[in-house]
Amino acid sequence: MIGAFETALRSARSADRKVVVPYITGGLGDDWLDAVRAAVDAGADAVEIGIPFSDPVMDGPTIQAASDLALRAGTTPVSVFAQLRHVDVGVPLAVMTYYNIAHHMGLERFASTAVDSGVAGAILPDVPLEESEPWCDVADRVGVETIMLAAPTADDDRLARIVARARGFVYAVGLLGVTGVRDHLAASSLEIAGRLKAITDKPVLVGVGVSTPLQAAEVSTVADGVVVGSAVVQRLLDGEGPTGVGEFIGAVRAALDA
Amino acid sequence: MAMTDPTTRGWFGDFGGRFVPETLMPALFELEAAFRDAWNDPIFRAELDDLLTHYAGRPSPLTTCDRLSEELGVEVVLKREDLNHTGSHKINNVLGQALLARRMGKTRLVAETGAGQHGVATATAAALMGMECIVYMGEVDMARQELNVFRMRLLGAEVTAAASGSRTLKDAVNEAMRHWVAVVEDTHYCLGSVMGPHPYPWMVREFQRVIGDEARTQCLSRLGRLPDVVAACVGGGSNAAGIFSGFADTDAQLVGVEPAGGAAVTRAVPGVVHGSRSFLMQDEHGQVLEAESISAGLDYPGVGPEHSHLAAIGRARYETVTDAEVIEAFQLLSRTEGIIPALEPAHALAWISRARGELAGTLVLLNLSGRGDKDVGQMMGILG
Repeated sequence: MIGAFETALRSARSADRKVVVPYITGGLGDDWLDAVRAAVDAGADAVEIGIPFSDPVMDGPTIQAASDLALRAGTTPVSVFAQLRHVDVGVPLAVMTYYNIAHHMGLERFASTAVDSGVAGAILPDVPLEESEPWCDVADRVGVETIMLAAPTADDDRLARIVARARGFVYAVGLLGVTGVRDHLAASSLEIAGRLKAITDKPVLVGVGVSTPLQAAEVSTVADGVVVGSAVVQRLLDGEGPTGVGEFIGAVRAALDA
Repeated sequence: MAMTDPTTRGWFGDFGGRFVPETLMPALFELEAAFRDAWNDPIFRAELDDLLTHYAGRPSPLTTCDRLSEELGVEVVLKREDLNHTGSHKINNVLGQALLARRMGKTRLVAETGAGQHGVATATAAALMGMECIVYMGEVDMARQELNVFRMRLLGAEVTAAASGSRTLKDAVNEAMRHWVAVVEDTHYCLGSVMGPHPYPWMVREFQRVIGDEARTQCLSRLGRLPDVVAACVGGGSNAAGIFSGFADTDAQLVGVEPAGGAAVTRAVPGVVHGSRSFLMQDEHGQVLEAESISAGLDYPGVGPEHSHLAAIGRARYETVTDAEVIEAFQLLSRTEGIIPALEPAHALAWISRARGELAGTLVLLNLSGRGDKDVGQMMGILG
């Protein structure tokens, strides 16, 4: 069965629309939900909400700083879910966090709280295929789409197995490295997107190192769209607020539609 | 029971695994295969033995302690890892991993360090083998262990401050892993303890088991018997895993000693960070807590997964000691035996000293995992 997240991305593709999924750290500032709304108003097709964790090993300085700020402001997994419950932005939401948050809450409770909060998908970047079974069993049963990461270091056999396990979309890691703004699009982003597109009809979105509208458009010549994280969060850290996020996503939307 | 190999997916009972970003998984498979191959290759083993003997100075002695034993009413013998080249047991693991990295065609080593002992050992092995070396160290630790920072630089390593979070060992591990994700193709992550994703907890234990194997032979040949108790300090737990592995199949009681401010095993709440499921200090929401201890080398909120397993099945026992007890033990060994211990093994001695009533009449083997030179400056500030 195809879930709400994947359905939305597939229908965008059927309409020849490349997708943009911004990442926003939950609890970053009092108006983070307004930033989510602004991103959707500006053309985001789905939104990834970060539940801050103390030790985000897949994240670079921008998202680390955002996580720290949110945690210091008292953000908890429960508070992020509770706030999401009051939002209906009309596009699917996914949460992105690290495994210990779900593990500590209890996989069952984490998954059902996500569903109760209107969350369709989940990304756990420190849960590779080999460790995914306990979580995926629960997520499949409760109805959370588990978005799997596929990295340039994987061989073809591994990519095929990751793609088979992926729900929602396949998250193509654009480069060797952690999240963060880069000046140039890495050649590896086009390559991994191409390798994945050749073996799946599930939506393939490239994230990590996609920082500008131009880079988003360039990589979307191959991929079905992009995840933009640090570039969005940096605007919030710089105090540009929901308006700044809306302007940036609007520019990405325009570049993808051009 | 013996300390056996983990499952093919790297689990010791309910603990272990490989919880890392997808990018690193192929490197972990490659490392595991390379280690299995090397560990079964007599040429690799001979090469490592040669380095351990003629470079690191093994076997390390077993020292009986008349004056200490008399004062405590407990017969204590020391496994002298403090006499190894670079001053601690860390060199055993590092020489193994550096040889392995070279065999795998890697040209750079990246490492994390707490007190600096693992960083110094890694920088040493890198210099020996002509490899590039990058060490991540918490900003707080760089300040309290500045001598080791200078040592690493002298050895040609690049020392980078981990400025995030608690700015100690936990954050140095985060930074080393983030760095590794970006350079995984030509760089080996030389992890310093029996922690992290599979195969590290197993591989590091195997490189450290030389401590236990030697100590067992030495106890039998010098004392004519096996110890009743084997005690070692536990941060990540590599020196403890090394000495325990020589005695796990005997009747000896195995005791791991944690700092009160970094007592992952004693608190016994499982969690997942830095690549494995193990006991982990965390708050009610699953955020990792900052450990707090006088010893930078034990300032770690987690513990290697095999220790969690040994605790869960009751094969090893874990105790905690306070900073004040450690300071006293540090002075006790200096005064009675003329051996200035590192603050880390002083934790194990502090427990022996406190438990002397219970231990009266027994033979206790203490793994003296490192020497105290690095801590003298800090202790001068405390003792005046």
